[in-house]
Amino acid sequence: MSHETLLTLSVVILLLPLLSFVILIFFNKRLPRQGDWLGTGILFVALTLSLVILFTKLTQYPNETIQGSFQWVNFGNVPGIGPLTLDLGIMVDNIAAIMLVVVMIVSSLVHLFSIGYMHGDVRYGRYFSYLGIFTFSMLGIVITNNFWMMYVFWELVGLSSYLLIGHWFEKKSASDAAKKAFIVNRVGDIGFFTGIMILYATFNTFSFDGIFGAIQSGTIPFGSETWLTAAGILIFMGAVGKSAQFPLHVWLPDAMEGPTPVSALIHAATMVAAGVYMVARTFAMMTGDALMFIAYIGAITAFISATIAIAQNDIKKVLAYSTVSQLGYMVMGLGVGAYSAGFFHLTTHAMFKAGLFLGSGSVIHAMHHALHHAGDHHTDPQDIRNMGGLKSKMPITFWTFIMFTLAISGVPFTSGFLSKDEILAGTLAYGSLTGHYLIPIIGFLVAGLTAFYMFRMVILTFFGEHKDHHRFEAIHESPTTMTIPLIVFAALSFFAFYSFNPFGAADGWFMSAIPRPESAVPATVAAAGIAEFNEALHHSHTTAMILSLLVAGTGILIAFATYYWKKISADKVATALAPVHTFLANKWYFDELYQATVVNGTDALAAAYRWFDEKIIDGVVNGAATVTKAVTLGTKQNWEEGNVGAIVYLVVAGVISIYAGWVTGNAIWPPETTVWLAAWYGLISLGVAGLSFFMFYVGVGGFDNRIVDGMVNLVAYVAGFFGLLTRKVQTGKIQTYLAWVLFGVMVFFLWFR
Amino acid sequence: MQEFFDWLRTPGLTHFLIVSGMLFSFGVFAVLTRRNAIMVLMGIELILNAANINFIAFSRYSTGTLDGQVIAIFVIILAAAEAAIALAIVLNIYQNFNTVNVDELNRLRD
Repeated sequence: MSHETLLTLSVVILLLPLLSFVILIFFNKRLPRQGDWLGTGILFVALTLSLVILFTKLTQYPNETIQGSFQWVNFGNVPGIGPLTLDLGIMVDNIAAIMLVVVMIVSSLVHLFSIGYMHGDVRYGRYFSYLGIFTFSMLGIVITNNFWMMYVFWELVGLSSYLLIGHWFEKKSASDAAKKAFIVNRVGDIGFFTGIMILYATFNTFSFDGIFGAIQSGTIPFGSETWLTAAGILIFMGAVGKSAQFPLHVWLPDAMEGPTPVSALIHAATMVAAGVYMVARTFAMMTGDALMFIAYIGAITAFISATIAIAQNDIKKVLAYSTVSQLGYMVMGLGVGAYSAGFFHLTTHAMFKAGLFLGSGSVIHAMHHALHHAGDHHTDPQDIRNMGGLKSKMPITFWTFIMFTLAISGVPFTSGFLSKDEILAGTLAYGSLTGHYLIPIIGFLVAGLTAFYMFRMVILTFFGEHKDHHRFEAIHESPTTMTIPLIVFAALSFFAFYSFNPFGAADGWFMSAIPRPESAVPATVAAAGIAEFNEALHHSHTTAMILSLLVAGTGILIAFATYYWKKISADKVATALAPVHTFLANKWYFDELYQATVVNGTDALAAAYRWFDEKIIDGVVNGAATVTKAVTLGTKQNWEEGNVGAIVYLVVAGVISIYAGWVTGNAIWPPETTVWLAAWYGLISLGVAGLSFFMFYVGVGGFDNRIVDGMVNLVAYVAGFFGLLTRKVQTGKIQTYLAWVLFGVMVFFLWFR
Repeated sequence: MQEFFDWLRTPGLTHFLIVSGMLFSFGVFAVLTRRNAIMVLMGIELILNAANINFIAFSRYSTGTLDGQVIAIFVIILAAAEAAIALAIVLNIYQNFNTVNVDELNRLRD
């Protein structure tokens, strides 16, 4: 398969979901079953094609990057910027090919799952069309080769997220959550945009290769490394928004208002991964300081959200915070330099997190049915404290869920263990190279916390006794359309797909296919080089593995001890550490903080602008009206009404007129010609006096009534006068007319001979 | 006086023209002055006959052809047709206004 075929195939894969969107958005009501088979079918076709691309790329062109682009808009020579063109370009390298498959697998399986989950939904067809446009936008981010196109698709993905989160928009919390997601994303995007602009201003190109190549050959923004770091950090801001890093992580838990398959697709596996993918793409231009910043943000995010997850009771919220935490992990991995490990974790996380969300969807679906059956509309079907003992009723969901939980907790023989292990080894290596040991400490702590809260959730949901026996009877396993995706994801969470060595993935096909790119940054500001890093990694690998096994084991043990064997009482711990527990359960009060500062600040600013508009701008407009009214009223009426301002205005106008007369007089006639000047002054004064007299006595509309109307009436009078004169000719008697005719003929004969 | 009667005894073109001129004037006087519509029509007939005499006189004394006489025959025919129509109009006027006094037919006055 040639380069062109591969590129064409990727474009086809890009456009197939768009086709699904277009057909479904217009025709969904007219298709049988509202077109779910069409959307799912198209996605599966695209999945097959993406697998073809991956296979071809890894076997035929394992070390190349295949690119192609075409110029979309040429603005010519823009004054102040220079030649500006917007290109659409495709870049297929190994991470793009892998990401294509990841996105397609998750998207097509989510489509399949939604057929069962969203059955009977009020906007079933539209939902599938929105899934299509989301997939299209995500694929655009994956295969693009320039910043501008990536930004366009970045925003499109944000839009699709808004549409999907707000699917049940009649519910205020859902529409609020959709707005919050979009706006918080936008905040990150401002940074992203500024970064892109800095790069464009320096390099006059948007394409990755162009920019990295230019940096490599020595050009850096505004000639200073600080600007290069700043550009890197600003670009990372986009990832902070999109991938829900601290401090812009607040939208992701609220986004759980959307349907669960949407949470699986967007907020676990793909859209949030777009930020991580973007960092991976732009890795070569990050300086050491930028990477350190990225690593710390990732670590902080991982820590904060892991602590919050321990205190959550809604099954989707636990998973949401777990996602934020794992994204922090990925970002941290990229930041410390463990590039392949970070991307590896992105892929494995996509599989098991999508599986976790779909599994929770399966559980919620069953709980909904059971509650509906019992006529109960108050109990929350998503609260894990209302669940228990589901493992006997929902075996497939249970066993796949166990697989996913093992993967996320980092238990050996799962894919999650491999990727997490690589990241933790990377953080230890980073610590030994730079002395920033806080990052690996946080990394291991979070690993332990993750294992704890995930198993807490599993035990409370699936083990133990269900409270309401009646409700328990009505619970049953989900239909096949929902269980097949779970099984597929569970299989993909097994270690064997990524490496044949269950304890180390570095030599597996996956990590060998995505080697860390050479940094293009000048050596003085670059992070530790590849060779140096790998050397440190070698030494830290074993320590990391032992520690991670220890930490995960402890977490799982404590979870079982608290919730299964009931040796430790969770309630007693919560009461003993009540302030900590409240702090965690209220999500570290981030939402309240943002409300008090950002939201109220924006409201105050809006109020200030409104004051300005109402008082000052409208004041000027109203003032003009008042002045006009004053002039037409005339002095006498103004005096009677008490419009002092108007009278003052008129007097001032009079004075100014006299002064103007004086000035013009002096300009036209030199001071010697006193007669003319005197005459002129006399005329002006007479005019002003006459006008004042007039305006004093004439009253409302005097000028209009008397002068303007007077002239019109004069014309009418004159016309009438002459009309009366000449109308005598018209006598109505024929003989008179004949006499006139004769007279006229005589005149003709005698005068015009 | 004698020259006047001699001039009268040998008629030439001028004599006919004077007659036709006099007839024309009498006709115009009748059209402009008479109150009765029928009298106005008589005046019109006089004018037409005056024109006839004029044509014939010029035809006899200027060219030797009979052009003027032929025109005169046309005029007579036209006069006849016109008189018929005019009388029909007067009849209609009488039926509508109950008068043939032209002074009273002044509805076109405002």
